[in-house]
Amino acid sequence: MRTARRQRLYPHNRTAYLFLLPWLIGLFCLTLGPMLGSLYLSLTKYNLLSAPEWIGFANFKTIFTDDSTFTGSLKLTFKYVILSVPLRLIFALFVAMALNKGIKALGIYRTVYYIPSLLGGSVAISIVWRQIFDTDGLINGFLGWFGIHGPAWIAHPDYLIYPIVSLSIWQFGSAMVIFLAGLKQIPADLYEASQVDGAGKVRQFFKISLPMLTPVIFFNLIMSIINSFQAFTPAYVIGDGHGGPLDASMFYTLYLYLKGFSYFDMGYASALAWIMLVIIAVFTGIIFATSRFWVFYGDGKEGR
Amino acid sequence: MLTFRRYSGSGLRHLLIIAIGLAMLYPVLWLLASSFKPNQDIFTDTGLWPSTWTLDNYRNGWRGFQGITFARFFGNSALVSVLAVLGNIITCSFAAYAFARLEFRFKKIWFAMMLVTIMLPYHVTLVPQYIIFSELHWINTYLPLFLPKWLAHDSFFILLMVQFIRGIPKELDESATIDGCSQQKLYFRIIMPLLLPALITTAIFTFIWTWDDFFSQMIYLSDIKLFTVQLGIRALFDPSGTSDWGALMAISVLSLIPITLIFLVFQRYFLDGIATTGLK
Repeated sequence: MRTARRQRLYPHNRTAYLFLLPWLIGLFCLTLGPMLGSLYLSLTKYNLLSAPEWIGFANFKTIFTDDSTFTGSLKLTFKYVILSVPLRLIFALFVAMALNKGIKALGIYRTVYYIPSLLGGSVAISIVWRQIFDTDGLINGFLGWFGIHGPAWIAHPDYLIYPIVSLSIWQFGSAMVIFLAGLKQIPADLYEASQVDGAGKVRQFFKISLPMLTPVIFFNLIMSIINSFQAFTPAYVIGDGHGGPLDASMFYTLYLYLKGFSYFDMGYASALAWIMLVIIAVFTGIIFATSRFWVFYGDGKEGR
Repeated sequence: MLTFRRYSGSGLRHLLIIAIGLAMLYPVLWLLASSFKPNQDIFTDTGLWPSTWTLDNYRNGWRGFQGITFARFFGNSALVSVLAVLGNIITCSFAAYAFARLEFRFKKIWFAMMLVTIMLPYHVTLVPQYIIFSELHWINTYLPLFLPKWLAHDSFFILLMVQFIRGIPKELDESATIDGCSQQKLYFRIIMPLLLPALITTAIFTFIWTWDDFFSQMIYLSDIKLFTVQLGIRALFDPSGTSDWGALMAISVLSLIPITLIFLVFQRYFLDGIATTGLK
């Protein structure tokens, strides 16, 4: 009788699990298993050659009390996230607003603006960026027209972050496409009604567009933050590949990579990975928790 | 007066949009132009139109290094990317079909886990994954690069397809079931053909991300014969400044051609795909 009930509740149990099989194997072998493994390794000293040696919380203790590279890389990564995420999203929203109404050949513009997001992840573009920001590169040539003597962006540790940030902002296209789709969803009669009531463009933006876009902003914000924390290729290629000069390109993921795959300190790298997970989880947690105060769902339901 | 204002407003907006668009494209155009300039001109001749044209860069770059040409690297990248694409479209759509249409035990739990894994940073599982693949003697093979895709590891695409399948009318399934169609047949005969736009979106994303995935390729491949395009470019590039810049630029241009072409051909699916995943 129990099986009959189960049969009724889950009529496709067997077929469903057949379809889910590859994903389930992946979930256990590539995600859950490795997560437990990484948690275990973070409490060990392990160099791939000899067996992992249990050292308790020593890795974490070193990281938090005696590792200035960790502190520096964390600060640098935060700085990168704080500079690049808001600027990229503001720029994306700005261009999406400009493209939204009455532009002919919208498809062409959408494509052109998207191309940086398409190409930006490659090693080739990171190399181009490095050259553009070189001491006698394009940017300094451009600044020269205005009589500004540009700094050595790549060679000077104080300035290296700006080329990397600008590469990230340059790739605003994917966020823009999402904003554009969001703007298209806003009913035109909202604007018409507010126009009748005498609302200007600025007021319309803050009272209609922005609130109606908050679900999309929410999505873009979460995705951008998660991705930015994990930025690697630009830091590796625009910097010298070892975090230099003077740790100015030592992003968190680069440090993790160097610890794990250059110094083969797999335990330490795992500990760094878990700290990163916690930081990202806290950030997304905060955004989720505050979302009910600022994310507005057009169907009248505030929050989810 | 009013029409004039409206006209000039939109004219300004157009100018602004075109100016930003050109600024966006400038680095790419500069790369393209540089690839046709003689080496000594690349950093002195800053104009976009080369004063002297040359194809030497392409010839020199294509030669590669240590006796291995870029033909090999491109072939390797293509092989890895195509295997990854096939894996993703098959296994992610299977999982998506189960989540969107079938009733089974613990569905809610599995679905929640799938959503959480989308936000999980790659690095948390990186070290143990590397150790597993190394124990299996899969270092310096392409298995670590494409096998995860055959296990629907990119949950992002599962979600994309779940959303898409939910938009397909359920009446189709119901009438097919009444006609005696099994759940497996239902997927292959009805859902999969209708899922095509989502499959194409997934295929393009997967191709581009795999083609560009420098990090994994660098970790798992050290044998030059197995190098991908990204690794080849990075190996040509010497940060201390003695690189053959022209050759590097030429190969960089070539490395961007496949993804640009695919994007331009399928851009409608692609851009709409981004837009819809972002929305719901």
